[in-house]
Amino acid sequence: MLLFLLQRAVGMFITMLLVSIMVFIIMELPPGDYAERLAFRKFSGTGAQISESDLDNLRAEYGLDRPAHERYINWISGIILRGDFGEAFAFETSVNNVIGQRLWLTLSILFSTLIITYSISIPIGIYAAVHRHSLPDYSLTVFSYLGLAIPNFLLALVLLYISVKFFGSNVGGLFSPEFKDAPWTIAKFWDLLKHLIIPAIVLSWSAIAFQLQTVRATMSDELNKLSVTAARARGIPESKLLVKYPARLAVNPVVSTTGFDVNRIFSELPIVALVLGISDLGELLIKSYIDLDMFVAGAILLMMTFIIVFFNFLSDIFLAFLDPRVKLAGD
Amino acid sequence: MTTITPEMALPGAKGKSIKETKEILKYYSATQWQLIWWRFRKHRMAMVGALALLFLFILGIFSMFIGPNDPFFRNQDYILGPPQSLHFWDENGFSIRPFVYGVTTTRDPKTLRLIPTVDPSVRWYLHFFVKGDPYSFYGLFDSDIHLFGVKEKEAFVYLFGTDSLGRDLFTRAIYGTRTSLTIGILGVLIAFVLALIIGGVAGYSGGWIDYVIQRLTEVVRVIPVIPLYMGLAAAFPVEWSTQQVYFAMTVILGLVGWPTLARRIRGQLLTQRDEDYVISARISGASAGRIISMHMLPAFTSYIIVDLVISFPYMILSETALSFVGLGLRPPEMSWGTLLQDAQNIRSIEQAPWLFIPSLFVVVAVLAFTILGDGLRDAADPYQVVRKK
Repeated sequence: MLLFLLQRAVGMFITMLLVSIMVFIIMELPPGDYAERLAFRKFSGTGAQISESDLDNLRAEYGLDRPAHERYINWISGIILRGDFGEAFAFETSVNNVIGQRLWLTLSILFSTLIITYSISIPIGIYAAVHRHSLPDYSLTVFSYLGLAIPNFLLALVLLYISVKFFGSNVGGLFSPEFKDAPWTIAKFWDLLKHLIIPAIVLSWSAIAFQLQTVRATMSDELNKLSVTAARARGIPESKLLVKYPARLAVNPVVSTTGFDVNRIFSELPIVALVLGISDLGELLIKSYIDLDMFVAGAILLMMTFIIVFFNFLSDIFLAFLDPRVKLAGD
Repeated sequence: MTTITPEMALPGAKGKSIKETKEILKYYSATQWQLIWWRFRKHRMAMVGALALLFLFILGIFSMFIGPNDPFFRNQDYILGPPQSLHFWDENGFSIRPFVYGVTTTRDPKTLRLIPTVDPSVRWYLHFFVKGDPYSFYGLFDSDIHLFGVKEKEAFVYLFGTDSLGRDLFTRAIYGTRTSLTIGILGVLIAFVLALIIGGVAGYSGGWIDYVIQRLTEVVRVIPVIPLYMGLAAAFPVEWSTQQVYFAMTVILGLVGWPTLARRIRGQLLTQRDEDYVISARISGASAGRIISMHMLPAFTSYIIVDLVISFPYMILSETALSFVGLGLRPPEMSWGTLLQDAQNIRSIEQAPWLFIPSLFVVVAVLAFTILGDGLRDAADPYQVVRKK
């Protein structure tokens, strides 16, 4: 077991190392360099003349005159050793300061989305498999197709429209104005929960559509197994039997694809956050891409991927506990 | 000596009429593609999907002919005008020819804004093959004939209304259909070529090359897709022309979209690598490229086609999402995503809900591709026959 854990941890580390190289390449892609953008940002509109030597000074100051691999090592060692993600020039502070609070908001959106996804898709998927070819089953299939076909930003806009039109409240953002800068209280927490519902519904929409199909398919296969027939023959009550044999196994593919769900949620998050006006990492990612504030963008991309990889790691371990058939490398 | 009877050649034909025997004979002698087509034909939903797609493609290809207006013409008298509805009859009687009501524009004395008012006493009849704005049909020939339109000089027809600059949303939406579908096709093709090369090398050579490629594939897959697309799209220089951005978009769609396909190709090649016919081809001295293309690929062409169709919706959704936030195609270019840029906030939904109509195209296209893909997958699945027997 320990060897298994170690092996997965090393695999996770290698993946993250390769990811960081790729993220660095993306950071380097935009035309012009950091010094030019910084100078433009700082001095545009001030009428100051910037000479080539000023730019060179800036480059030397930020180490931009050194070759790419040195800069990469500098960047990544700053992150690993000091937890320092570099500077966010559009905000004139460090990336860590900009990201700080937004990371927690992003994580709370992620967790509420995951909770909604699983608490809906697992029981309903099981129900659909047990009542195959019934009306609810067919309507779920239609829902699944729609879940894939409706772009998430459209769903977000429609929900916004409904909430403004029928409930007269603007649910955009994550806090009501009166709580925005207030210290944390139970009332503020409750306010946050109310605002989390819409992004969580939007983001879980397509994840539910996917997982419903997965649960339904596995459950259907498991229901046809002899173990189920045998249990029925022994007279075990139907509800107990469902939980004990097929439902237990139908959860496995869901557990093993958790990382995939997190990936999907992060993929959709930026646009949904932009439409709903939530100041989380996703919205910041789009802004920093548009401003070409690549240190911020790189940090966010790296964090999102790290969370995905970490969820993959967790789901591997969890699955090994849940399903004894999974071969442990150490055994 | 035994005589060969029809029953021996054709199991199941015993005691059947000649017509039935012919049917069975047709089944057994059909090619793989015929079988797939027969099975696909029975899948009614998939046929609906295929027809919907055909319709969209026709709209896209003939967009300048079908659209009644020039997509860039700004009608100052009908800015943010709601869709005009088609009528066949009203209190003034029935007309076999559909018509829209006339619109007169008045200026608000206070705000000086132009206010279009519908005038039900005036009818603007729609005619087929009307002379209108000139266009060039892909440089082949010039024309000014449109599929439908109105003949009166002051009349206009905007089935989906107009945008904030007074441009015809219907015409723009079907021009956008052309852009969004072609970008999807080119993206899928680029992804396919990359997947073929990368998956082909990995699956055919195996060993450490396969291991390295697998690791790299995993890295591309683990980074969330749309943020990755955005990162690549953010690098487009501002001074690029719309054509350059367009082609760069197809390239990045392909660059990010290959891993799923590559995995499929690799997996199939790995299972076939040690089959007898592959080994015999190798012993005969055939090159790796020939073995892959002549002996191995045909065994799973149908799966590849299914995967290509299934990967389409992702391309379309990604393009729409990217252009929507302003990191993909840019405004003079019309695509579903750039058209939806106008509908980004809650105010525009309240003021002009028709700006959302292009999103219906996205939903229809994605649904159609998904249903079609499902139908094709069922049709191409050889196990289905086994299960039926």
